[in-house]
Amino acid sequence: MKGYNFAYLDEQTKRMIRRGLLKAVAIPGHQVPFGSREMPLPYGWGTGGIQVTASILGANDVLKVIDQGADDTTNAVSIRRFFARTAGVATTTATAEATVIQTRHRIPEKQLREDQIIVYQVPQPEPLFRLESSRVETKRMHGLSDYGLMHVKLYEDISRFGQISISYDYPVMVNERYLMSPSPIPAFDNPKMDMMPALQLFGAGREKRIYAIPPWTRVKSLDFEDHPFRTINAPHPCGLCGATDSYLDEVVTDNHGGRLFVCSDTDHCAERRAAGHVGTDGFQEAAE
Amino acid sequence: MTEPTLLSGRGLNLTFGTIPALADVDVDLWPGEMLAIVGESGSGKTTLLNVLSGRLAPDSGTVWYRDPADRLHDVHAMPAPALRTLHRSDWGFVHQDPRQNLRMTVSAGGNVGERLMAQGARHYGDIRSAALDWLEQVEIDANRIDDLPRTFSGGMLQRLQIARTLVTHPRLVFMDEPTGGLDVSVQARLLDLIRSLVTRLRIAVVLVTHDIAVARLLAHRIAVMQRGRIVETGLTDQVLDDPRHPYTQLLVSSVLNA
Repeated sequence: MKGYNFAYLDEQTKRMIRRGLLKAVAIPGHQVPFGSREMPLPYGWGTGGIQVTASILGANDVLKVIDQGADDTTNAVSIRRFFARTAGVATTTATAEATVIQTRHRIPEKQLREDQIIVYQVPQPEPLFRLESSRVETKRMHGLSDYGLMHVKLYEDISRFGQISISYDYPVMVNERYLMSPSPIPAFDNPKMDMMPALQLFGAGREKRIYAIPPWTRVKSLDFEDHPFRTINAPHPCGLCGATDSYLDEVVTDNHGGRLFVCSDTDHCAERRAAGHVGTDGFQEAAE
Repeated sequence: MTEPTLLSGRGLNLTFGTIPALADVDVDLWPGEMLAIVGESGSGKTTLLNVLSGRLAPDSGTVWYRDPADRLHDVHAMPAPALRTLHRSDWGFVHQDPRQNLRMTVSAGGNVGERLMAQGARHYGDIRSAALDWLEQVEIDANRIDDLPRTFSGGMLQRLQIARTLVTHPRLVFMDEPTGGLDVSVQARLLDLIRSLVTRLRIAVVLVTHDIAVARLLAHRIAVMQRGRIVETGLTDQVLDDPRHPYTQLLVSSVLNA
Protein backbone atom coordinates (compact mmCIF):
# COMPACT_ATOMS: atom_id res chain seq x y z
CA MET A 1 0.00 0.00 0.00
CA LYS A 2 1.37 3.39 -1.02
CA GLY A 3 2.44 5.84 1.65
CA TYR A 4 2.62 3.22 4.37
CA ASN A 5 5.48 1.14 5.65
CA PHE A 6 5.16 -2.64 5.50
CA ALA A 7 2.60 -3.70 8.14
CA TYR A 8 1.65 -0.07 8.94
CA LEU A 9 4.15 0.64 11.78
CA ASP A 10 7.45 2.35 11.01
CA GLU A 11 10.60 0.27 11.39
CA GLN A 12 11.85 2.07 14.51
CA THR A 13 8.61 1.34 16.33
CA LYS A 14 8.75 -2.30 15.30
CA ARG A 15 12.31 -2.44 16.54
CA MET A 16 11.26 -1.04 19.90
CA ILE A 17 8.45 -3.58 20.19
CA ARG A 18 10.69 -6.48 19.14
CA ARG A 19 13.17 -5.45 21.80
CA GLY A 20 10.33 -5.55 24.34
CA LEU A 21 9.27 -8.94 23.01
CA LEU A 22 12.77 -10.35 23.42
CA LYS A 23 12.84 -9.22 27.02
CA ALA A 24 9.36 -10.63 27.58
CA VAL A 25 10.37 -14.01 26.18
CA ALA A 26 13.47 -14.00 28.36
CA ILE A 27 11.37 -13.43 31.49
CA PRO A 28 8.25 -15.55 30.96
CA GLY A 29 5.11 -13.89 32.34
CA HIS A 30 6.82 -10.60 33.24
CA GLN A 31 5.11 -7.46 31.98
CA VAL A 32 7.42 -5.31 29.88
CA PRO A 33 6.44 -1.68 29.24
CA PHE A 34 6.52 -0.44 25.66
CA GLY A 35 5.70 2.77 23.84
CA SER A 36 2.27 1.89 22.52
CA ARG A 37 1.39 3.81 19.35
CA GLU A 38 -1.87 5.34 18.26
CA MET A 39 -3.47 2.77 15.97
CA PRO A 40 -6.30 3.28 13.48
CA LEU A 41 -8.75 1.49 15.76
CA PRO A 42 -10.03 2.25 19.27
CA TYR A 43 -8.46 0.99 22.47
CA GLY A 44 -10.09 -2.26 23.47
CA TRP A 45 -10.34 -3.46 19.88
CA GLY A 46 -6.91 -5.00 19.82
CA THR A 47 -4.40 -2.15 19.59
CA GLY A 48 -1.85 -4.13 21.61
CA GLY A 49 -2.24 -7.35 19.67
CA ILE A 50 -2.15 -5.55 16.33
CA GLN A 51 1.14 -3.79 17.20
CA VAL A 52 2.74 -7.06 18.26
CA THR A 53 1.51 -8.75 15.09
CA ALA A 54 2.76 -5.85 12.94
CA SER A 55 6.25 -6.06 14.42
CA ILE A 56 6.66 -9.84 13.96
CA LEU A 57 4.98 -10.18 10.58
CA GLY A 58 7.18 -11.08 7.59
CA ALA A 59 6.27 -11.09 3.91
CA ASN A 60 5.92 -14.89 3.85
CA ASP A 61 3.73 -15.18 6.91
CA VAL A 62 0.19 -16.48 6.75
CA LEU A 63 -2.10 -14.65 9.13
CA LYS A 64 -5.22 -15.86 10.89
CA VAL A 65 -7.27 -13.56 13.10
CA ILE A 66 -9.99 -14.78 15.43
CA ASP A 67 -12.37 -12.99 17.72
CA GLN A 68 -14.18 -15.15 20.32
CA GLY A 69 -13.02 -18.13 18.27
CA ALA A 70 -14.70 -16.93 15.09
CA ASP A 71 -12.97 -15.86 11.87
CA ASP A 72 -15.99 -13.98 10.58
CA THR A 73 -16.77 -11.44 13.31
CA THR A 74 -16.16 -7.70 12.90
CA ASN A 75 -12.92 -7.48 14.87
CA ALA A 76 -11.41 -10.51 13.14
CA VAL A 77 -12.46 -9.45 9.66
CA SER A 78 -11.20 -5.87 10.00
CA ILE A 79 -7.82 -6.77 11.50
CA ARG A 80 -7.28 -9.49 8.88
CA ARG A 81 -8.14 -7.03 6.11
CA PHE A 82 -5.94 -4.37 7.72
CA PHE A 83 -2.87 -6.59 7.42
CA ALA A 84 -3.84 -7.90 3.99
CA ARG A 85 -3.82 -4.25 2.81
CA THR A 86 -0.87 -2.82 4.75
CA ALA A 87 1.45 -5.84 4.58
CA GLY A 88 0.08 -7.76 1.65
CA VAL A 89 0.48 -11.02 3.58
CA ALA A 90 -1.58 -14.09 2.85
CA THR A 91 -4.47 -14.67 5.23
CA THR A 92 -6.32 -17.81 6.13
CA THR A 93 -9.05 -19.07 8.40
CA ALA A 94 -7.49 -22.53 8.74
CA THR A 95 -5.57 -22.88 12.02
CA ALA A 96 -3.15 -25.41 10.57
CA GLU A 97 -2.13 -23.17 7.67
CA ALA A 98 -1.42 -20.03 9.71
CA THR A 99 2.03 -19.04 10.93
CA VAL A 100 0.78 -16.11 13.01
CA ILE A 101 -2.57 -16.20 14.78
CA GLN A 102 -3.90 -13.06 16.43
CA THR A 103 -6.67 -13.82 18.87
CA ARG A 104 -9.17 -12.21 21.13
CA HIS A 105 -10.75 -14.32 23.92
CA ARG A 106 -9.94 -17.81 22.62
CA ILE A 107 -7.19 -20.30 21.84
CA PRO A 108 -7.94 -22.46 18.76
CA GLU A 109 -9.09 -26.00 19.51
CA LYS A 110 -6.46 -27.48 17.21
CA GLN A 111 -3.11 -28.06 18.93
CA LEU A 112 -0.63 -25.38 17.81
CA ARG A 113 2.82 -26.23 16.48
CA GLU A 114 6.36 -25.03 17.14
CA ASP A 115 6.43 -23.03 13.90
CA GLN A 116 3.39 -20.97 14.89
CA ILE A 117 3.03 -17.82 16.99
CA ILE A 118 -0.15 -16.87 18.79
CA VAL A 119 -0.71 -13.19 19.64
CA TYR A 120 -3.28 -12.34 22.31
CA GLN A 121 -5.12 -9.04 22.58
CA VAL A 122 -5.05 -8.03 26.24
CA PRO A 123 -7.31 -5.41 27.83
CA GLN A 124 -5.78 -5.58 31.34
CA PRO A 125 -2.34 -7.16 31.78
CA GLU A 126 -2.23 -6.85 35.57
CA PRO A 127 -3.80 -9.93 37.20
CA LEU A 128 -3.91 -8.20 40.59
CA PHE A 129 -5.55 -4.97 39.47
CA ARG A 130 -8.93 -5.64 41.06
CA LEU A 131 -7.32 -6.61 44.34
CA GLU A 132 -4.59 -4.01 44.69
CA SER A 133 -5.22 -0.62 43.13
CA SER A 134 -1.66 0.70 43.41
CA ARG A 135 0.52 -0.21 40.45
CA VAL A 136 3.62 0.56 42.51
CA GLU A 137 2.50 -2.05 45.02
CA THR A 138 1.62 -4.69 42.40
CA LYS A 139 5.05 -4.22 40.81
CA ARG A 140 6.62 -4.83 44.20
CA MET A 141 4.44 -7.91 44.69
CA HIS A 142 5.57 -9.31 41.32
CA GLY A 143 9.18 -8.50 42.17
CA LEU A 144 8.98 -10.35 45.48
CA SER A 145 6.70 -13.10 44.16
CA ASP A 146 4.23 -12.15 46.88
CA TYR A 147 1.01 -13.64 45.55
CA GLY A 148 -0.91 -14.53 48.72
CA LEU A 149 -3.48 -11.90 47.80
CA MET A 150 -4.54 -13.74 44.64
CA HIS A 151 -5.24 -16.82 46.71
CA VAL A 152 -7.25 -14.69 49.12
CA LYS A 153 -9.52 -13.91 46.16
CA LEU A 154 -9.88 -17.64 45.43
CA TYR A 155 -10.52 -18.30 49.12
CA GLU A 156 -13.26 -15.67 49.14
CA ASP A 157 -14.87 -17.27 46.10
CA ILE A 158 -14.99 -20.69 47.71
CA SER A 159 -16.32 -19.39 51.02
CA ARG A 160 -19.04 -17.39 49.26
CA PHE A 161 -19.99 -19.59 46.32
CA GLY A 162 -18.60 -23.01 47.27
CA GLN A 163 -16.29 -22.96 44.25
CA ILE A 164 -13.83 -20.75 42.42
CA SER A 165 -16.15 -18.59 40.35
CA ILE A 166 -13.68 -17.14 37.83
CA SER A 167 -14.83 -18.32 34.41
CA TYR A 168 -12.51 -16.27 32.20
CA ASP A 169 -9.18 -14.45 32.62
CA TYR A 170 -8.34 -17.14 35.16
CA PRO A 171 -4.96 -16.26 36.76
CA VAL A 172 -1.99 -18.50 36.02
CA MET A 173 1.55 -18.95 37.33
CA VAL A 174 4.08 -18.94 34.50
CA ASN A 175 7.24 -20.98 34.89
CA GLU A 176 6.55 -21.16 38.65
CA ARG A 177 7.54 -17.53 39.01
CA TYR A 178 5.23 -14.83 37.64
CA LEU A 179 1.51 -14.48 38.17
CA MET A 180 -0.02 -13.66 34.81
CA SER A 181 -3.34 -12.74 33.31
CA PRO A 182 -4.02 -15.07 30.36
CA SER A 183 -6.21 -12.31 28.81
CA PRO A 184 -9.96 -12.91 28.85
CA ILE A 185 -9.86 -16.41 27.39
CA PRO A 186 -12.26 -18.86 29.05
CA ALA A 187 -10.76 -20.94 31.86
CA PHE A 188 -11.53 -23.81 29.48
CA ASP A 189 -8.53 -22.74 27.39
CA ASN A 190 -6.07 -22.40 30.27
CA PRO A 191 -4.75 -25.99 30.05
CA LYS A 192 -3.83 -25.37 26.39
CA MET A 193 -1.28 -22.76 27.49
CA ASP A 194 0.66 -25.28 29.53
CA MET A 195 3.66 -26.67 27.60
CA MET A 196 2.33 -25.21 24.36
CA PRO A 197 4.72 -25.82 21.44
CA ALA A 198 3.91 -22.40 19.92
CA LEU A 199 5.28 -19.06 21.12
CA GLN A 200 2.63 -17.03 22.95
CA LEU A 201 2.82 -13.22 22.86
CA PHE A 202 0.52 -10.80 24.68
CA GLY A 203 -0.01 -7.14 23.83
CA ALA A 204 -1.96 -4.59 25.85
CA GLY A 205 -2.14 -1.35 23.86
CA ARG A 206 -3.93 0.96 26.25
CA GLU A 207 -1.96 -0.32 29.25
CA LYS A 208 1.29 -0.28 27.22
CA ARG A 209 2.51 -3.70 28.31
CA ILE A 210 3.90 -6.73 26.49
CA TYR A 211 4.41 -10.17 27.95
CA ALA A 212 5.13 -13.62 26.63
CA ILE A 213 5.26 -17.34 27.26
CA PRO A 214 8.06 -19.12 25.38
CA PRO A 215 7.31 -22.53 23.85
CA TRP A 216 7.24 -25.50 26.21
CA THR A 217 6.79 -23.46 29.39
CA ARG A 218 4.90 -24.59 32.49
CA VAL A 219 1.67 -22.63 32.94
CA LYS A 220 -0.35 -23.54 36.00
CA SER A 221 -3.81 -22.26 36.85
CA LEU A 222 -4.03 -21.23 40.51
CA ASP A 223 -6.09 -23.45 42.77
CA PHE A 224 -6.29 -25.14 46.15
CA GLU A 225 -5.33 -28.77 46.78
CA ASP A 226 -8.87 -29.56 47.92
CA HIS A 227 -10.49 -27.33 45.28
CA PRO A 228 -8.49 -28.15 42.16
CA PHE A 229 -8.72 -26.09 38.98
CA ARG A 230 -11.41 -27.37 36.63
CA THR A 231 -12.67 -26.20 33.29
CA ILE A 232 -16.28 -25.24 32.74
CA ASN A 233 -18.18 -25.83 29.53
CA ALA A 234 -21.83 -26.14 28.52
CA PRO A 235 -22.90 -29.79 28.97
CA HIS A 236 -23.94 -30.26 25.34
CA PRO A 237 -22.44 -31.49 22.09
CA CYS A 238 -22.05 -28.89 19.31
CA GLY A 239 -25.36 -28.54 17.48
CA LEU A 240 -23.68 -28.33 14.08
CA CYS A 241 -20.75 -30.75 14.21
CA GLY A 242 -21.54 -32.85 17.28
CA ALA A 243 -18.17 -32.14 18.94
CA THR A 244 -18.17 -32.80 22.69
CA ASP A 245 -14.64 -31.59 23.46
CA SER A 246 -14.74 -28.02 22.15
CA TYR A 247 -15.77 -24.77 23.82
CA LEU A 248 -19.38 -23.90 23.05
CA ASP A 249 -21.27 -20.66 22.45
CA GLU A 250 -24.93 -20.44 23.28
CA VAL A 251 -26.91 -18.89 20.43
CA VAL A 252 -30.50 -17.80 20.94
CA THR A 253 -32.39 -18.80 17.79
CA ASP A 254 -35.93 -17.50 18.31
CA ASN A 255 -38.24 -15.75 20.78
CA HIS A 256 -39.62 -18.99 22.20
CA GLY A 257 -36.63 -20.10 24.24
CA GLY A 258 -34.98 -21.86 21.31
CA ARG A 259 -31.22 -22.08 21.62
CA LEU A 260 -28.35 -23.70 19.88
CA PHE A 261 -24.95 -24.66 21.30
CA VAL A 262 -22.23 -24.38 18.69
CA CYS A 263 -18.43 -24.53 18.67
CA SER A 264 -17.00 -21.09 19.34
CA ASP A 265 -14.02 -22.06 17.13
CA THR A 266 -15.61 -21.71 13.69
CA ASP A 267 -12.65 -23.22 11.85
CA HIS A 268 -12.72 -26.30 14.07
CA CYS A 269 -16.46 -26.71 13.50
CA ALA A 270 -16.23 -26.25 9.72
CA GLU A 271 -13.38 -28.72 9.49
CA ARG A 272 -15.34 -31.35 11.41
CA ARG A 273 -18.42 -30.83 9.28
CA ALA A 274 -16.33 -31.13 6.12
CA ALA A 275 -15.10 -34.45 7.49
CA GLY A 276 -18.70 -35.66 7.75
CA HIS A 277 -19.52 -35.04 11.43
CA VAL A 278 -23.08 -33.83 11.89
CA GLY A 279 -24.75 -32.54 15.06
CA THR A 280 -28.45 -32.64 15.88
CA ASP A 281 -29.07 -29.20 14.32
CA GLY A 282 -26.55 -29.55 11.56
CA PHE A 283 -28.57 -31.16 8.76
CA GLN A 284 -28.65 -28.05 6.55
CA GLU A 285 -24.86 -27.86 6.40
CA ALA A 286 -24.66 -31.58 5.76
CA ALA A 287 -27.12 -31.26 2.89
CA GLU A 288 -25.10 -28.58 1.11
CA MET B 1 20.19 -12.96 80.71
CA THR B 2 22.79 -15.35 79.37
CA GLU B 3 20.44 -16.29 76.54
CA PRO B 4 21.32 -14.50 73.28
CA THR B 5 19.08 -11.60 72.28
CA LEU B 6 16.40 -11.92 69.61
CA LEU B 7 16.60 -8.34 68.43
CA SER B 8 19.22 -5.71 69.18
CA GLY B 9 19.50 -2.11 68.14
CA ARG B 10 22.92 -0.49 68.53
CA GLY B 11 23.71 3.22 68.29
CA LEU B 12 20.55 4.13 66.38
CA ASN B 13 20.41 7.71 65.17
CA LEU B 14 17.83 9.36 63.00
CA THR B 15 17.00 13.02 62.46
CA PHE B 16 14.06 14.49 60.63
CA GLY B 17 15.54 17.75 59.41
CA THR B 18 16.90 19.32 62.58
CA ILE B 19 14.70 17.28 64.90
CA PRO B 20 16.48 14.34 66.52
CA ALA B 21 13.95 11.49 66.36
CA LEU B 22 16.42 8.92 67.65
CA ALA B 23 19.67 9.73 69.45
CA ASP B 24 22.13 6.97 70.35
CA VAL B 25 19.43 4.41 71.08
CA ASP B 26 20.45 0.92 72.19
CA VAL B 27 17.71 -1.69 72.56
CA ASP B 28 17.79 -5.39 73.40
CA LEU B 29 14.95 -7.87 73.26
CA TRP B 30 15.15 -11.45 74.43
CA PRO B 31 12.96 -14.32 73.15
CA GLY B 32 9.52 -14.40 74.75
CA GLU B 33 10.02 -11.03 76.38
CA MET B 34 7.69 -8.09 76.28
CA LEU B 35 9.36 -4.71 76.09
CA ALA B 36 7.31 -1.56 76.45
CA ILE B 37 8.52 1.72 75.00
CA VAL B 38 6.79 4.59 76.77
CA GLY B 39 7.01 8.33 76.52
CA GLU B 40 4.91 11.30 75.53
CA SER B 41 3.88 11.81 71.93
CA GLY B 42 6.71 13.06 69.77
CA SER B 43 9.33 11.33 71.89
CA GLY B 44 10.30 8.95 69.06
CA LYS B 45 8.51 5.78 70.19
CA THR B 46 6.87 4.97 66.87
CA THR B 47 9.99 5.99 64.96
CA LEU B 48 12.00 3.53 67.04
CA LEU B 49 9.41 0.82 66.31
CA ASN B 50 9.61 1.51 62.59
CA VAL B 51 13.40 1.45 62.64
CA LEU B 52 13.51 -1.79 64.63
CA SER B 53 11.07 -3.46 62.24
CA GLY B 54 13.06 -2.41 59.17
CA ARG B 55 10.34 -0.15 57.82
CA LEU B 56 12.43 2.99 58.27
CA ALA B 57 16.20 3.18 57.80
CA PRO B 58 18.25 4.95 60.51
CA ASP B 59 20.94 7.51 59.67
CA SER B 60 23.41 5.37 61.56
CA GLY B 61 23.37 2.33 63.76
CA THR B 62 22.44 -1.30 63.23
CA VAL B 63 19.50 -3.53 64.04
CA TRP B 64 20.39 -7.19 64.49
CA TYR B 65 17.86 -10.00 64.32
CA ARG B 66 18.62 -13.61 65.25
CA ASP B 67 16.66 -16.08 63.11
CA PRO B 68 15.47 -19.54 64.31
CA ALA B 69 18.62 -21.10 62.84
CA ASP B 70 20.68 -18.83 65.13
CA ARG B 71 22.03 -16.68 62.31
CA LEU B 72 22.33 -12.95 62.85
CA HIS B 73 20.84 -10.61 60.24
CA ASP B 74 21.42 -6.90 59.84
CA VAL B 75 17.79 -5.91 59.31
CA HIS B 76 18.57 -2.84 57.23
CA ALA B 77 21.11 -4.62 55.04
CA MET B 78 18.77 -7.52 54.25
CA PRO B 79 17.55 -7.90 50.69
CA ALA B 80 13.95 -6.68 50.29
CA PRO B 81 12.52 -10.16 49.55
CA ALA B 82 14.09 -11.60 52.72
CA LEU B 83 12.75 -8.75 54.84
CA ARG B 84 9.32 -9.19 53.27
CA THR B 85 9.39 -12.91 54.04
CA LEU B 86 10.38 -12.12 57.60
CA HIS B 87 7.50 -9.67 57.94
CA ARG B 88 4.93 -12.16 56.78
CA SER B 89 6.18 -15.19 58.70
CA ASP B 90 8.50 -14.72 61.68
CA TRP B 91 7.38 -11.19 62.48
CA GLY B 92 4.10 -9.45 62.92
CA PHE B 93 2.96 -5.87 63.15
CA VAL B 94 -0.13 -4.73 65.04
CA HIS B 95 -1.20 -1.20 64.19
CA GLN B 96 -3.16 1.19 66.34
CA ASP B 97 -5.73 1.44 63.56
CA PRO B 98 -6.66 -2.11 62.48
CA ARG B 99 -7.88 -0.74 59.15
CA GLN B 100 -4.25 -0.16 58.17
CA ASN B 101 -3.55 -3.85 58.37
CA LEU B 102 -6.85 -5.52 57.53
CA ARG B 103 -8.34 -5.79 54.08
CA MET B 104 -11.74 -4.23 54.57
CA THR B 105 -13.21 -5.78 51.41
CA VAL B 106 -12.16 -9.32 52.33
CA SER B 107 -14.04 -11.51 54.83
CA ALA B 108 -12.71 -12.14 58.34
CA GLY B 109 -11.65 -15.66 57.35
CA GLY B 110 -9.78 -14.39 54.29
CA ASN B 111 -8.03 -11.79 56.41
CA VAL B 112 -6.82 -14.39 58.88
CA GLY B 113 -5.85 -16.79 56.10
CA GLU B 114 -3.87 -14.33 53.98
CA ARG B 115 -0.55 -14.77 55.77
CA LEU B 116 -0.91 -18.54 55.55
CA MET B 117 -1.58 -18.33 51.82
CA ALA B 118 1.32 -15.92 51.36
CA GLN B 119 3.50 -18.57 52.98
CA GLY B 120 2.30 -21.15 50.49
CA ALA B 121 -0.65 -22.84 52.23
CA ARG B 122 -2.72 -24.27 49.39
CA HIS B 123 -5.34 -26.36 51.19
CA TYR B 124 -8.65 -24.54 51.55
CA GLY B 125 -9.94 -26.78 54.34
CA ASP B 126 -6.79 -26.32 56.43
CA ILE B 127 -6.78 -22.55 55.94
CA ARG B 128 -10.44 -22.37 56.90
CA SER B 129 -10.01 -24.43 60.05
CA ALA B 130 -6.95 -22.37 61.04
CA ALA B 131 -9.05 -19.23 60.57
CA LEU B 132 -11.88 -20.68 62.67
CA ASP B 133 -9.44 -21.70 65.36
CA TRP B 134 -7.91 -18.23 65.51
CA LEU B 135 -11.24 -16.45 65.54
CA GLU B 136 -12.14 -18.56 68.55
CA GLN B 137 -8.82 -17.74 70.24
CA VAL B 138 -9.50 -14.03 69.90
CA GLU B 139 -13.11 -14.49 71.01
CA ILE B 140 -14.84 -13.70 67.74
CA ASP B 141 -17.94 -15.79 67.07
CA ALA B 142 -17.25 -18.51 64.48
CA ASN B 143 -20.32 -17.63 62.43
CA ARG B 144 -18.78 -14.21 61.67
CA ILE B 145 -16.06 -15.87 59.60
CA ASP B 146 -17.58 -14.85 56.26
CA ASP B 147 -18.54 -11.33 57.35
CA LEU B 148 -16.67 -8.28 56.13
CA PRO B 149 -14.58 -6.42 58.74
CA ARG B 150 -16.60 -3.27 58.18
CA THR B 151 -19.49 -4.92 60.06
CA PHE B 152 -17.21 -5.41 63.10
CA SER B 153 -16.89 -3.15 66.14
CA GLY B 154 -13.60 -1.40 66.95
CA GLY B 155 -12.63 -3.97 69.58
CA MET B 156 -13.47 -6.86 67.25
CA LEU B 157 -11.41 -5.29 64.47
CA GLN B 158 -8.43 -5.07 66.78
CA ARG B 159 -8.87 -8.71 67.83
CA LEU B 160 -9.20 -9.71 64.18
CA GLN B 161 -5.95 -7.91 63.44
CA ILE B 162 -4.26 -9.83 66.23
CA ALA B 163 -5.60 -13.14 64.88
CA ARG B 164 -4.38 -12.21 61.39
CA THR B 165 -0.94 -11.39 62.76
CA LEU B 166 -0.51 -14.40 65.05
CA VAL B 167 -1.82 -17.06 62.67
CA THR B 168 1.68 -17.80 61.36
CA HIS B 169 3.05 -18.14 64.92
CA PRO B 170 5.52 -15.26 64.68
CA ARG B 171 8.40 -15.09 67.16
CA LEU B 172 8.39 -11.33 67.30
CA VAL B 173 5.48 -8.91 67.14
CA PHE B 174 5.67 -5.12 66.98
CA MET B 175 2.66 -3.39 68.50
CA ASP B 176 1.93 0.28 68.07
CA GLU B 177 -0.61 1.46 70.65
CA PRO B 178 -2.76 -1.69 70.25
CA THR B 179 -5.34 -0.45 72.72
CA GLY B 180 -5.50 3.15 71.55
CA GLY B 181 -8.94 4.45 70.66
CA LEU B 182 -10.84 1.71 72.48
CA ASP B 183 -13.09 2.23 75.46
CA VAL B 184 -11.88 1.15 78.87
CA SER B 185 -13.73 -2.16 79.24
CA VAL B 186 -12.83 -3.28 75.71
CA GLN B 187 -9.24 -2.24 76.41
CA ALA B 188 -9.13 -4.41 79.52
CA ARG B 189 -10.39 -7.47 77.66
CA LEU B 190 -7.96 -6.89 74.81
CA LEU B 191 -5.02 -6.50 77.19
CA ASP B 192 -6.02 -9.71 78.91
CA LEU B 193 -6.20 -11.46 75.54
CA ILE B 194 -2.82 -10.14 74.38
CA ARG B 195 -1.19 -11.15 77.65
CA SER B 196 -2.53 -14.70 77.60
CA LEU B 197 -1.74 -15.29 73.90
CA VAL B 198 1.75 -13.84 74.11
CA THR B 199 2.59 -15.84 77.24
CA ARG B 200 1.20 -19.09 75.87
CA LEU B 201 2.90 -18.79 72.48
CA ARG B 202 6.10 -17.29 73.94
CA ILE B 203 6.10 -14.39 71.51
CA ALA B 204 8.54 -11.53 71.98
CA VAL B 205 6.81 -8.17 71.76
CA VAL B 206 7.97 -4.62 71.30
CA LEU B 207 5.07 -2.57 72.52
CA VAL B 208 4.78 1.15 71.99
CA THR B 209 2.35 2.91 74.28
CA HIS B 210 1.83 6.22 75.98
CA ASP B 211 -0.29 4.50 78.59
CA ILE B 212 1.78 3.57 81.65
CA ALA B 213 -0.99 1.30 82.91
CA VAL B 214 -0.83 -0.79 79.74
CA ALA B 215 2.92 -1.08 80.10
CA ARG B 216 2.64 -2.14 83.72
CA LEU B 217 0.07 -4.79 82.90
CA LEU B 218 1.86 -6.35 79.93
CA ALA B 219 5.55 -5.60 79.88
CA HIS B 220 8.46 -7.34 81.54
CA ARG B 221 10.79 -4.50 80.82
CA ILE B 222 10.23 -0.88 80.02
CA ALA B 223 12.19 1.79 78.21
CA VAL B 224 11.28 5.44 78.75
CA MET B 225 11.90 7.79 75.85
CA GLN B 226 12.26 11.53 75.79
CA ARG B 227 13.23 13.60 72.76
CA GLY B 228 14.61 10.60 70.90
CA ARG B 229 16.67 9.27 73.80
CA ILE B 230 16.06 6.33 76.08
CA VAL B 231 16.39 8.05 79.45
CA GLU B 232 15.67 5.09 81.65
CA THR B 233 15.30 1.37 81.17
CA GLY B 234 14.79 -1.60 83.47
CA LEU B 235 12.25 -4.05 84.86
CA THR B 236 8.76 -2.58 84.63
CA ASP B 237 7.95 -2.65 88.33
CA GLN B 238 11.34 -1.29 89.25
CA VAL B 239 11.11 1.64 86.88
CA LEU B 240 7.52 2.49 87.68
CA ASP B 241 7.79 2.05 91.46
CA ASP B 242 11.15 3.71 91.84
CA PRO B 243 11.69 6.04 88.88
CA ARG B 244 15.11 7.62 88.91
CA HIS B 245 15.19 9.96 85.93
CA PRO B 246 13.28 13.21 86.53
CA TYR B 247 11.28 12.72 83.33
CA THR B 248 10.19 9.22 84.39
CA GLN B 249 9.22 10.60 87.78
CA LEU B 250 7.12 13.23 86.07
CA LEU B 251 5.56 10.64 83.79
CA VAL B 252 4.68 8.27 86.62
CA SER B 253 3.34 10.99 88.88
CA SER B 254 1.15 12.36 86.13
CA VAL B 255 -0.79 9.09 85.93
CA LEU B 256 -3.71 8.91 88.33
CA ASN B 257 -3.23 5.42 89.73
CA ALA B 258 -0.84 3.39 87.68
